[in-house]
Amino acid sequence: MVNGIRTETPTTTAEVAQVLRSAATDGARVLVRGAGTTLHWGGSPSHVDIELDTRGLTGVVAHEPGDLVATVRAGTRLVEFQEALGEAGQRLSLSAGSPEATVGGVLASGETGPLRLRHGAGRDLLIGVEFVRADGVVARSGGRVVKNVAGYDLGKVLCGSYGTLGVITTATFRLHPRPRARAWVVADVPTLSQLDAPLRAAATSTVAPSAVEVDLPGSGDTVATLAVMIEGSPAGVDARCAALQQVLRGSATSTTPPEWWGRYPFGPADVALRLSVGVAALPAAIAQLRSAAGADVPVRGSAGVGVVHATLPGDLSGDALRDTVTTARTGTESAGSVIVLAAPPHLRDSLDLWGPVPGLDLMQRMKAQFDPDGRFVSGRFVGGI
Amino acid sequence: MSASTQVTVLWGPIALAGRPEPSNDQTMRTAAPAPALTRLAGRLRSELGSGSVITDEAARRTYECDGLTHYRSVPALVVLPDDAAGVQAVVRACHELGVPWVARGAGTGLSGGALPVADGVLIVTSRMRRVLELDLVNAVAVVEPGVANLAISQAVAAEGWFYAPDPSSQQVCTIGGNVAENSGGAHCVKYGFTVHHVIGMEVCTPAGELVWLGGRHADPPGYDLRGVFIGSEGTLGVATKVAVRLLRRPEAVVTLLAAFRTVADAGAATSAIIAAGLTPAAAEIMDALAIQAAERAVACDYPAGAGAVLIVELDGPAIEVEQEESTVRDLCQAAGAFEIRVAADSVERAEIWKGRKSAFAAVGRISPDYIVQDGVIPRTALAKVLAEIDALAAAAGIRVANVFHAGDGNLHPLVLYDAAVTGALAAAEEVSGAILDLCVSHGGSITGEHGVGVDKAAKLPRMFGPDDLDTMQLVRCAFDPRGLANPGKVFPTPRLCGEQPRHRSAGDATEAAARRVGIEAW
Repeated sequence: MVNGIRTETPTTTAEVAQVLRSAATDGARVLVRGAGTTLHWGGSPSHVDIELDTRGLTGVVAHEPGDLVATVRAGTRLVEFQEALGEAGQRLSLSAGSPEATVGGVLASGETGPLRLRHGAGRDLLIGVEFVRADGVVARSGGRVVKNVAGYDLGKVLCGSYGTLGVITTATFRLHPRPRARAWVVADVPTLSQLDAPLRAAATSTVAPSAVEVDLPGSGDTVATLAVMIEGSPAGVDARCAALQQVLRGSATSTTPPEWWGRYPFGPADVALRLSVGVAALPAAIAQLRSAAGADVPVRGSAGVGVVHATLPGDLSGDALRDTVTTARTGTESAGSVIVLAAPPHLRDSLDLWGPVPGLDLMQRMKAQFDPDGRFVSGRFVGGI
Repeated sequence: MSASTQVTVLWGPIALAGRPEPSNDQTMRTAAPAPALTRLAGRLRSELGSGSVITDEAARRTYECDGLTHYRSVPALVVLPDDAAGVQAVVRACHELGVPWVARGAGTGLSGGALPVADGVLIVTSRMRRVLELDLVNAVAVVEPGVANLAISQAVAAEGWFYAPDPSSQQVCTIGGNVAENSGGAHCVKYGFTVHHVIGMEVCTPAGELVWLGGRHADPPGYDLRGVFIGSEGTLGVATKVAVRLLRRPEAVVTLLAAFRTVADAGAATSAIIAAGLTPAAAEIMDALAIQAAERAVACDYPAGAGAVLIVELDGPAIEVEQEESTVRDLCQAAGAFEIRVAADSVERAEIWKGRKSAFAAVGRISPDYIVQDGVIPRTALAKVLAEIDALAAAAGIRVANVFHAGDGNLHPLVLYDAAVTGALAAAEEVSGAILDLCVSHGGSITGEHGVGVDKAAKLPRMFGPDDLDTMQLVRCAFDPRGLANPGKVFPTPRLCGEQPRHRSAGDATEAAARRVGIEAW
């Protein structure tokens, strides 16, 4: 018990349900967490009585290599799951910012990784889910086959929901074969304004890259680095990298990723932003953010899908941060979004973390249906949900 | 009285495709509009123009069913809006007057998802066919819901782009219908379904509000309502604008046809291809009976003596496709293929696909009537399930032709029968239903792409428990607490939405009773 907060670590779905039923009896508010690597994302939680730690729900339930499908308990670390899949030459095409991150946490926080360009986000790979509702009822949707349109796909709304609709207990994924070979074509881009052409050329190239990532460190000699991951057969990867090098001037091929690959540009004490725009609008959006911040802030991420992360210093004043975010959002409302993923507690409470949220009214109604008593703590998600 | 109970009575005994039964049952009877509908028709004529509102019975009757012609119900009113504002006007009016409504695209659905409600409005999107925006630098197209699936690819083909989902009805089926059904197609084993390619939609909610779910870019803030709306079969609202992701055409495409003595061999070849780490763009199997039908219908000239053919399409960078082709050839031969053909060009590719694409309709050449089933099994259970289907069919004395997306275990058994023979339909339906039970018992699904609609609503509890279905309907309650959007579809039992029970006056009760028997005059 810390600060009056009780931690529960259920090891089965039935125990999760029991925790929630008792919480309902006691009128206790529950914060759902995995490893906590993204627990500081979103707004400040209103009031927490119970931390429901999912890390007791571990293990691979089923893995059928011939079907390219596996079921895993939500508290299992993603990297551990990947190791198990790797033994069969397969993978889940999803990665997280931290090796500690749990499968359920990655889904609930909506974290994605570089492979998103080719294979989509977590919600695209999740084919079945079991979760516990706020009232302790256990529910499932989807199934164990990739192609399935029976019933509503509740996995979609649980992904990226920050644990506000239910506790994910088990997830079933579609898998992909691990490629036999891979390599990175890396190009330095001398100015931000020169990023657009090579970025779009790479993202839409018929060499079919698996990932197109960008890093703009904001300091030092390098302005921007574009890194393109190619996966396939050994001979195919060689030839495709060579072909891409013809397109990306001054590029080189490496069999190892750049050191920044798959990492966020921010640390836990920084203000973390996510920019999502059309690929062609990305350089201008980055320029606008930097102009708003009055500094070349670090930017990194999945440029090939138009989603990057950016860092603002955590010691900004509240006013300065608010102005920066507001200015960065100006003009992007219809074409993109600028979300404050995380900010130190003293800053986030006076900040609109999300910007405009189309469909917010429907989202509030979803929350009211799934959690009418506000069992899951409010405040972290859009509209104060 | 719930909506679904009302319509159950109206749907009642089924009328058979192409063989209208004598209209002595309630199915063929037109439920005439209640006073609310008379008011509604007048209001919509003034808001949308009289040319957009159809009340003539013969004209309404042309919309009485979708591609699943077993179920028929003439809508009280048909409205053809020109744009999103028109859709909104209809839905808002329905909301205010408490009238149920159903949205319909091209009507190619095979689960009765667009079956009208006899005392409701049918909103047809066929006039909403504009491509609103082609934003190729961002690889996005924004279209109206009535745009045909194939028209999107055609609009961007010259620039080297395409829209990936390709249901076999793609020449006519609409993108709005694809959104409702989360349509797939032969190539979804590699490319995924509608939900992976529609990045946002403007939808009209059952309350008559236009709102964007998702958007033109990834990760808009909040719940992924786009994701749950897609595939909700018109029960959460109707899409009025659709933003789709476009893909670059792959550098190379190879289409290969391998002929086997048995379906089991063709299935084993598919498993070997997947086990080798390949992700074919398509992997389709037809059995002897399906081949026989296709030969009669389109003379596809598949290898003589084939007990099964496997069509494999590979696409991607040329150098990878070349190696994969060689691997696939080897694996097919090892699995017992006695002939392998590779299309040398797009004409030959079309030749190979011709038999497969015509398969459903072609079965009409070998049987007066048939049921198209849609079920999914784990790919590894393929051989076992096909043997069990054979046994089922043999025991019932019924022929079943098998056509399926082998790459993802999506079976389309075609259960053949002759409706002129007493009891044949019932026997065919029993086999068809038993096939779904097989799919579920092997850990699969009752539908891979055709949807639940009205046809399989009663079967959904075979896959999901009461708590699962109750939870899914929480979404319905958030979007449509009164259950006006496509009532009676998907869920066998509507959920009460936890709001104040809808007030019912004595007049309402009379109206409801009249709707049940469909006797009120226009």
